[in-house]
Amino acid sequence: MKEQLKNIEARAKEELSKVSDPRQLEELRVKFLGKKGEITAILKQMGKLSAEERPVIGQLANSVRADIESAISEKQAQLKSVMAEKRLKAETIDVTLPGKTPKIGRPHPLNAVLAEVEDVFLGMGFDIVEGPEVETDYYCFEALNMPKHHPARDTQDTFYINENVLLRTQTSSVQIRAMENMKPPIRIISPGRVYRSDAVDATHSPLFHQIEGLVIDKGVTMADLKGTLELLMKRLYGDEAKIRLRPHHFPYTEPSAEVDLMCFNCHGEGCSMCKQEGWVELLGSGMVHPKVLEGCGIDPEVYSGFAFGIGLERLTMGRYSINDMRLLYENDMRFLEQF
Amino acid sequence: MDLSMRWLADYVDCGCDIKDFVAGMTMSGSKVECYEQEGDYLSNVVVGRVEEIERHPDSDHMFTCQVNVGEEEELVQIVTGAQNVNKGDYVPVAKHKSTVLHEGKPVKITKGKLRGVASNGMLCSLSELGLTTHDFPYAIEDGIFILGDDCDKTLGMDIREAIGFNDTKVEFEITSNRPDCMSVIGLAREAHATFNVPFTVKEPTFKGIDGNVRDYLKVKIHNTDLCKRYIGAIVKNVKIEPSPRWMRERLRACGVRPINNLVDITNFVMLEYGRPMHAFDLRYVEGGEINVRNAKAGEKITTLDGVERELSEEMLVIADAVKPVAVAGVMGGEYSGIMDDTNTVVFESACFDGASVRTTAKKLGMRTDASSRYEKGLDPHECYEALMRACQLVEELGAGEVINTLAEENYQDETPKSVEFDPKWINGFLGADIPEEDMKEYLTRLGFRLENGRVIAPWYRIDIECKADIAEEVARIYGYNNLPSTIIRGVAQAKRTSKQNFERSIKNAVLASGLNEVTTFSFISPKYFDKIKLPADSKLRNTVTITNPLGEDTGVMRTTIIPSICEVLARNYSYRNPECHIFEMGNEYIPVEGEVLPIEPLRLGIGVYDTTEAFDFYNLKGIVEAVMEKAGVKEYEFARPSEDCSFDERHAFHPGRCAVVKAGGEEIAIFGELHPDVLENYGIDTRAYAGKINMNELMKLSSSEKTYKPLPKFPATTRDISVVCDQQLPVAEIEKTIRSAAGQILEKVSLFDVYTGEQIESGKKSVSYSLSMRSHEGTLTDEQADNAMNKIVKALEETGVYRR
Repeated sequence: MKEQLKNIEARAKEELSKVSDPRQLEELRVKFLGKKGEITAILKQMGKLSAEERPVIGQLANSVRADIESAISEKQAQLKSVMAEKRLKAETIDVTLPGKTPKIGRPHPLNAVLAEVEDVFLGMGFDIVEGPEVETDYYCFEALNMPKHHPARDTQDTFYINENVLLRTQTSSVQIRAMENMKPPIRIISPGRVYRSDAVDATHSPLFHQIEGLVIDKGVTMADLKGTLELLMKRLYGDEAKIRLRPHHFPYTEPSAEVDLMCFNCHGEGCSMCKQEGWVELLGSGMVHPKVLEGCGIDPEVYSGFAFGIGLERLTMGRYSINDMRLLYENDMRFLEQF
Repeated sequence: MDLSMRWLADYVDCGCDIKDFVAGMTMSGSKVECYEQEGDYLSNVVVGRVEEIERHPDSDHMFTCQVNVGEEEELVQIVTGAQNVNKGDYVPVAKHKSTVLHEGKPVKITKGKLRGVASNGMLCSLSELGLTTHDFPYAIEDGIFILGDDCDKTLGMDIREAIGFNDTKVEFEITSNRPDCMSVIGLAREAHATFNVPFTVKEPTFKGIDGNVRDYLKVKIHNTDLCKRYIGAIVKNVKIEPSPRWMRERLRACGVRPINNLVDITNFVMLEYGRPMHAFDLRYVEGGEINVRNAKAGEKITTLDGVERELSEEMLVIADAVKPVAVAGVMGGEYSGIMDDTNTVVFESACFDGASVRTTAKKLGMRTDASSRYEKGLDPHECYEALMRACQLVEELGAGEVINTLAEENYQDETPKSVEFDPKWINGFLGADIPEEDMKEYLTRLGFRLENGRVIAPWYRIDIECKADIAEEVARIYGYNNLPSTIIRGVAQAKRTSKQNFERSIKNAVLASGLNEVTTFSFISPKYFDKIKLPADSKLRNTVTITNPLGEDTGVMRTTIIPSICEVLARNYSYRNPECHIFEMGNEYIPVEGEVLPIEPLRLGIGVYDTTEAFDFYNLKGIVEAVMEKAGVKEYEFARPSEDCSFDERHAFHPGRCAVVKAGGEEIAIFGELHPDVLENYGIDTRAYAGKINMNELMKLSSSEKTYKPLPKFPATTRDISVVCDQQLPVAEIEKTIRSAAGQILEKVSLFDVYTGEQIESGKKSVSYSLSMRSHEGTLTDEQADNAMNKIVKALEETGVYRR
């Protein structure tokens, strides 16, 4: 019987070495270890043995079974890893084939930049206020210290609906509405569409966008205006951004300043990008004219404030090096999909 | 305003090079647009003398010249085709390797042969130098420029220097509040204040001849509001001839073409003092009368440019006894101008009302050098200086004899404007710490006087009105960029409004659906309404209309966003872009009866065509559903637009492939496949889709409220059901019936098949659903599920829908 067991073990190991798939392995397990397997058959004959032999053979049978079991599970693990490897190999693909991009729309570049500007101002405590695009002459001009026949009106060629109603030429009209409805302290920006009767070319459009800013409080100074604009430009263009203020004239601010941004390309030396000026004209600004405050029921002896108007197109074109404003309104997919 | 630097140097020496001058002026408020050196395109062109000239051996119209260009060794041989050159003439010589102008463009001149004869350069005409006979009236157009006695004839001298064509022109952008700076003297004053250098201007005087101006001229101002001052002078025995070179070159550098001495004097004074002047030929001033009056209705005048213009009653004119001879402050009449045989001239120096000149010039469509100065508002004071300067120049040029009395009307010497001087307030306003003494110094340099605690503005500063104006004067000389930078004090809480947040979240949902954002013009052509098949009586044709549009295509404010969307689709299609998935969140502009301003409702416009992969109505519907989901609108339904649909745009859509979204008892969106006619109108040769969602209405129905529901503890049971119904029955009806019949345990209804064909009776369709049922109390038994299914089948049967 001992011999038989040894023989079983030897055969099992021999056969096991030839097994190459899980099905054969299972057959082998049944053949040797199953209920009708060879080891069980041996154990069934145990009754015939003497009392001395029984424990010895029993022990041997158990150890043979354990050996075969462990050999089988070893083989099983080995087979699994071979299979896995085979499968992985078979499933190899060409990773250089094109990817399948999910279709995700892109915001228009103007609005992408606007969202950024809005976030900067929200962070500085400015609310975002909107107003009508079709506006009365009063809010667009008169309340901004530009009575009828004021020569400064010539710089803003206006589309008229009738004598009294027009398409706003600037979002400053929203300032007036805000000052009428809010009490100082006021800290707002008003972005939106504005209209001027300019024929379309690379740098002009009859419709464009402005972001107007307004701050009114006690003791607001021109130095505050300067500091606020410097901060804005640093947030938008990085810490190296430099601006300069240049005296100018707007009827609704006094003093008035145009603000230039130092050319990133030449750092103020003058190059073809900045038309040799070293600076790029960026926005208009100034201290709110006392007449404008007064007209809105705010006492200029108590309150002061500043305002500024940024051209969103100019900001956007600078940001993405777009050289023709028409592209922004043409909405060619090949353009829009670049942002 | 173009400034001649040579002219400026008559008054002020800035002591710096042009780059520093330009930068300094710009930073003190007189913005320089650009500057250029006259004739900077010319190189290696010098003064030469023709020493010998003989006919070209092989040409009957060319000559061979030996030219002395001041080089000791030898003469330069040059062949010319010009017929006006003689021995001894001084001429501009373009040497070998020089640059001159040819038909307005710079060209290189090198030596070569002309019909076998060596030519080592070129003799130049005026146009080859970039000049005209206005600059040198004694020269001829089509011939060599023979230098006259007003040129430097040093041989070999650079031609620009020799003929005074070497000035620097600086173009200033003068803001509308500073008409005083539209003049050489005005800019000289600014330069004086900017660079702190001496400024000298002498008061002009003239000797004149005895006589009474009123024997020649009777001046009457009929409208003293629109004409604050009128001074006339008489110049007798006028001798019309070209003005001298110094005057011509100053005019040229300032962009004014020289004509003759008398005309040039008026232009010279306008540029120097910023005061427009006019000169009349007394022969054509009937009755010797100058009447400053409003035009009469129907009156006409032919202006100097030869155009007959109809005048209206609000326009101010200068009239003689019978007719208008000039439009005040804008332009003179044709026959009153200076001619070669003019003998007696009337000089006019007047102060007309700015607003009136502006309106008149605009109405007549003629903006002149004069009107652009008047319209900004000139003060009456300097009329006198300007006229004196004109008379002085007449004597200096020997152009005639000036009568030593002047005809003056309606001048009141006004008190100069003054403002309280408050250095503490100025520093507080600017946020600066500028010493009082420095402020006083800046203001004095700018021509202000300080008396009894007040700042008195010079009379030419019409813009000074309040303390803030004084603060600006101080700041711009102190330097804006020398002001400190501070951060606004105080804390402010800012946040987006709920409307702004709503718009952003909807935009994000649409972007996530694969649509690109576009920006279109708010104005459209009224013809676009036809292109989208709006009925003739549609309310959307009632528009906010622009009275002065750029063109018909931009004539009205859009009342519907659909044409804007179609335009973008059409443009992309014409560019052969294979697909176009777009949206715009933009306003419509709807006039409101009885209101001054229209309403501007916000809309979401959507447009899609795709020739690369399948996109159909249901893809678009999916996008609309995504928007509704994002908006948090729970109750809504889709339906075909009815006859009384609130969207007139329904006519733009394929009648069988269009839906409206109904929610809260309102139609808030319309979308679908565009009508084949519309596609044809836009030249789109593929199926395309569009839609519009009313954002304001959507926001009213929206809800951002979300509450967690416990996850199910028990498994769901799924049953499929196929039913047969009329082909026309919208499946939404079947779903409605299923839901109401099954009650709470029905969790989800998913349609997975719609079939018409062989096994189905014609006119019918088969619709298959997968129903998911679940109870929160325990695992659903088969019996419970069967029960629910029976109820569903029964309810469907009642609506004529039968289980297959």
